Amino acid sequence: MAEFEEHEQVLAAARRAYAAGYRRMDAYSPFPVEGLAEALGHEWTAVPLITLMGGMAGGLGGFFMQWYSMGRLYPLNVGGRPLNSWPNFIPVTFELTVLVASLCALISMLVLNRLPQPYHPVFNVPEFRRASIDRFFLCIEAADPKFDLQETWSFLETLEPCMLTEVEE
Amino acid sequence: METLQGSEPHVTIPGKPYPVTVLGYPARMIGPATTYESVSDQIGDVPLKHPHQKAWLAGFTVVFGLFIMFCVAVGYLFYRGVGIWGINIPVAWGFAITNFVWWIGIGHAGTFISAILLLLFQKWRTTINRFTEAMTLFAVICAGLFPLLHLGRPLIFYFLLPYPDTMALWPQFRSPLVWDVFAVSTYFTVSLIFWYVGVVPDLATIRDKAQTKWKRIIYGIGALGWRGSALHWLRHQSAYLLLAGLATPLVLSVHSVVSFDFSVAQVPGWHSTIFPPYFVAGAIYSGFAMVLNLMIPIRRIYGLQNLITVRTLNNMACVTLATCWMVAYGYIMEAFMAWYSGDVFEQYMMKNRAFGPYGWTFWVLMGINVIIPQLLWSRRVRTNDIALFFVALSANLGMWLERFIIVITSLHRDFVPSSWAMFFPTKWDWATLLGSVGLFLTLQFLFIRYIPMISISESRELIAQRKEGKL
Repeated sequence: MAEFEEHEQVLAAARRAYAAGYRRMDAYSPFPVEGLAEALGHEWTAVPLITLMGGMAGGLGGFFMQWYSMGRLYPLNVGGRPLNSWPNFIPVTFELTVLVASLCALISMLVLNRLPQPYHPVFNVPEFRRASIDRFFLCIEAADPKFDLQETWSFLETLEPCMLTEVEE
Repeated sequence: METLQGSEPHVTIPGKPYPVTVLGYPARMIGPATTYESVSDQIGDVPLKHPHQKAWLAGFTVVFGLFIMFCVAVGYLFYRGVGIWGINIPVAWGFAITNFVWWIGIGHAGTFISAILLLLFQKWRTTINRFTEAMTLFAVICAGLFPLLHLGRPLIFYFLLPYPDTMALWPQFRSPLVWDVFAVSTYFTVSLIFWYVGVVPDLATIRDKAQTKWKRIIYGIGALGWRGSALHWLRHQSAYLLLAGLATPLVLSVHSVVSFDFSVAQVPGWHSTIFPPYFVAGAIYSGFAMVLNLMIPIRRIYGLQNLITVRTLNNMACVTLATCWMVAYGYIMEAFMAWYSGDVFEQYMMKNRAFGPYGWTFWVLMGINVIIPQLLWSRRVRTNDIALFFVALSANLGMWLERFIIVITSLHRDFVPSSWAMFFPTKWDWATLLGSVGLFLTLQFLFIRYIPMISISESRELIAQRKEGKL
């Protein structure tokens, strides 16, 4: 695992590591660095799609609930107006769309990130506490097919990090 | 003026303590000496080391006392019923609904600042969004209590929710009062999610900075094991932006739905199409005023002038002034439409509102809600935190008075003179109102003490952008 002082450095390091053929790696930063995930080869996330589906389910389900309860289960004639008085159902439909979409955004973000996850090997590095304060890290995992302790170590040295450590499993 | 690429050139004028843009507006978004580490220390030390403990304790004692008063007032209300309030027929809504509308309006600034201004690339909002989102949550908690307290039988409030009921009954989905239940509960849930998603990385910072084991464990549970992985940030930012996009129409819808409670009714003074936009503008107005009222003392006590800069104050004041004029336009249109409609009841309502038994409240309202905020035209007032505090206080009181006038003067004299009556608040009405302020401030004090009140990770982004010369 290599440690850097500036976000441009970790971004350049991630690009070089990707170009060198490493795939199972991750970068850690105290704030979102634009382009860092792309540099590591992750461009797509399912969060927007899940949120969209959740919103549609919430909206359709909400409208159906009102139509079914007001029109079928408990029909109430209010001044001879139609039972499917859809303009009156729009506010609740809208609120349920937003509610379900937001819950889906939260849950999909947490589930896809596998959070909560109290233990992770990177926390074994004492210096790593600064990943949430002011330092940037690039970690190449042993599971990477190209991983070789000696070779990877010397590759990381060429990236000119301010510190280099081995992560205990 | 910011563009996507950067900002206008700054100039320093001798005699001014901060750099300004070429037009003379304060320009600095973040103090010059702030670094990643100093911002983590400065914000993280508040929950970890509790500086200014005496000031905090003194304030907390006062607001907790008010909260106790709220508990007593509500306890007695549950024991005796709503008869302890000054409400009657025709004025059945009284203080409870006035307070409800006022509190929910205050809540609007948080989502406006954190969601709408985020989508509009307004970077000055970065250092105040966490704080205002928390304010939103607490204001919505206060707001949500009032309709429940106002129910004759608060024990069966859940009748308002669609649930499988043994009597096979359903809520009446054609009623704005049921819309309100959905709007307010959705608003609270979405605000909570938005706030928590933003706070997770900062809790990780506190976890990593904490010196004692228990603090590490407690903040660690809140941080969910966040480690700042690039892929996590990608999904986090995606979810955060989506939530901002979802919250944007939501914030406009909530007060619109609240205003439907009034405008769908036939009562003169309520039955009006201008209500939704007029309510939303008033909500943002009172919310910004409340943010200023809370932020200015905190900024002084905790020495956050390098993060919450004069530029933020100035921009907040500008939004307050703009929304003040939207509210003033609402007042003018209400009077104009009452006259133009030719409707005798509408015309009488307007005359009664300004010159009837509650006439004095109307003129006080014009003074504190429309005239005094005009001071914000002056740049000196906008950049002076003490003057700004008092203008904001005036606007806050004014917005409460506006809701009082809408609820009470419309109801107390309707179509049939034989049903006219006056409303006089009792001591329990006042105790509940002041007590709800106590509840709000108690939550606010606890938040400041235990949770980082400024977004640390977003402040670091500002610093990174300054390093790149984009700020």
